[in-house]
Amino acid sequence: MKQIWIITKRELQAYFDSLMAYILLILFLGFSGFFTWIYGNDIFFIKQATLMPFFNIAYWTLFFFIPALTMRLLSEENRMGTIELLLTKPVSNWQVLMGKYVASLLLIAIALILTFSYPISVSTMGNLDGGEVFSGYLALLLFSSMMIGIGLFTSSIGNNQIVSYLLALFLGIFFQIIFGMLGQSLPGIPGHVLDYLSTSTHFESMTRGVLDTRDILFFAGISFLMLVFSESMLIRKRFA
Amino acid sequence: MDIVVENLVKSYGLQRAVDHISFRVRTGEVLGFLGPNGAGKTTTMKAITTFLVPDSGNIHVGNYSIHEDPEKLKKNIGYLPENNPLYEDMPVIDYLKFVANLHGIPKQEINGSLLNVIDLCGLEAEKHKKISELSKGYKQRVGLAQALIHKPEVLILDEPTTGLDPNQIMEIRELIKKIGKEKTVILSSHILAEVEATCDRILIINKGKIVADGTTQDLRNQASGKNILKARILGGNLDSIFAALQKIDGVKVVDFINKDQNRFYLDGDQSKNLAEGVFNACVKNGWILTELIPVETKLEDIFKELTMESPVKN
Repeated sequence: MKQIWIITKRELQAYFDSLMAYILLILFLGFSGFFTWIYGNDIFFIKQATLMPFFNIAYWTLFFFIPALTMRLLSEENRMGTIELLLTKPVSNWQVLMGKYVASLLLIAIALILTFSYPISVSTMGNLDGGEVFSGYLALLLFSSMMIGIGLFTSSIGNNQIVSYLLALFLGIFFQIIFGMLGQSLPGIPGHVLDYLSTSTHFESMTRGVLDTRDILFFAGISFLMLVFSESMLIRKRFA
Repeated sequence: MDIVVENLVKSYGLQRAVDHISFRVRTGEVLGFLGPNGAGKTTTMKAITTFLVPDSGNIHVGNYSIHEDPEKLKKNIGYLPENNPLYEDMPVIDYLKFVANLHGIPKQEINGSLLNVIDLCGLEAEKHKKISELSKGYKQRVGLAQALIHKPEVLILDEPTTGLDPNQIMEIRELIKKIGKEKTVILSSHILAEVEATCDRILIINKGKIVADGTTQDLRNQASGKNILKARILGGNLDSIFAALQKIDGVKVVDFINKDQNRFYLDGDQSKNLAEGVFNACVKNGWILTELIPVETKLEDIFKELTMESPVKN
């Protein structure tokens, strides 16, 4: 546990030292704020006391931002050779991966906390459903966890950041769009399975305020699976 | 802590990098790892530090095996990898603190350990700089500092002096010698003089196999098995001197180096004292012995002999 936190602290420091964290926070707040309050299907347009527009825009913003955040995590260590330094210290593969995963998740959590002013403002204008807000934020956090897992995995594959970023988007788009589309057009069990694998199914039900363990298990499961894949990449390197 | 390597085998694809290597390094010993590029030095070191998992064979550091207790084993090792990778975006002191934390050095001792290695490696003036801003020599010192910070029982250094200037090389060698008195040290190098100057024992490997193992003196004897003298004898007939030299007990070959200058080359048994024979022959015949030089086989020659492309002599 202590080892994980040591690595998390270093990664967080690297995020803030490289300005990556500030850029992410500013862009995320700017983007989601603009579309939530000013433009498009914004809160004033739909004339309801709901954070739905924010959740929807944040969902896509995070989809594109998180791979940019995670692309460096392991590919840079592979490129510089520092992975050797790290893994020959008394830490396990899991502690390294968890440390990096937690650092990214914390950064996203900070970004989400900074948007708490949105529900507060909306609640002054109308009758905001607290449960819906809670489960919406939880959905965003769980979705982020899944994207961080995917990003960490694609970052563990090689030593090129751009490849890692694009690969994460490529994998992500399957969960985001393709599985859902196929699920709707295919009949029977394959259709159901693909539908279950589509993030939007789970995300939408959660943002509507429905807390279902199946949805939570989906996000947690994919995150865990991706960490397992990342670990196997680390192991593979040591057997190379 | 002793390092025991048993039957280590590691292949990359079809190429066998390390082929059934076994050796033991004792506490208080500095072992120099020599070999041409691609001989398997780095692979062996990576296996000892648990970074690479060997195809077969086992390594023990103290009582810990790389297969069974890698975490405990890693706690006792200080490792400077090849090419000295570092987190370039971190300031020196933050980086060293990070490593100290990973090694689980208690909070109250961290500052002491930091000051100690900074002082030891001469990083005082650079400690607040970002690692990326340092020159190669200073980066190398940071690499050494991170390997030493937890006072490891075993030190594995893969080419520790690359990129250092001659003064720094001397300092680092002294440092390694000092550490080597109580700890177990393995260092690899291309520079023969360096290994000769710092190491108690030398291991030469070629194509994944150990081709020589011993002190520099052992290696000299083992590789040459010769006792060579150069002599310059004046005041006599060239042929009679030649004949007299051939008669000396233990001499196998006599040759001219330079006829005009009366220089001779003698090669003989190791057990016999050729110099004494030469001297006595001169005294007996009234010749003047003006030069008598024992020729030492250089480590370079041994190295070349053992690692040349032609079939390895063992």
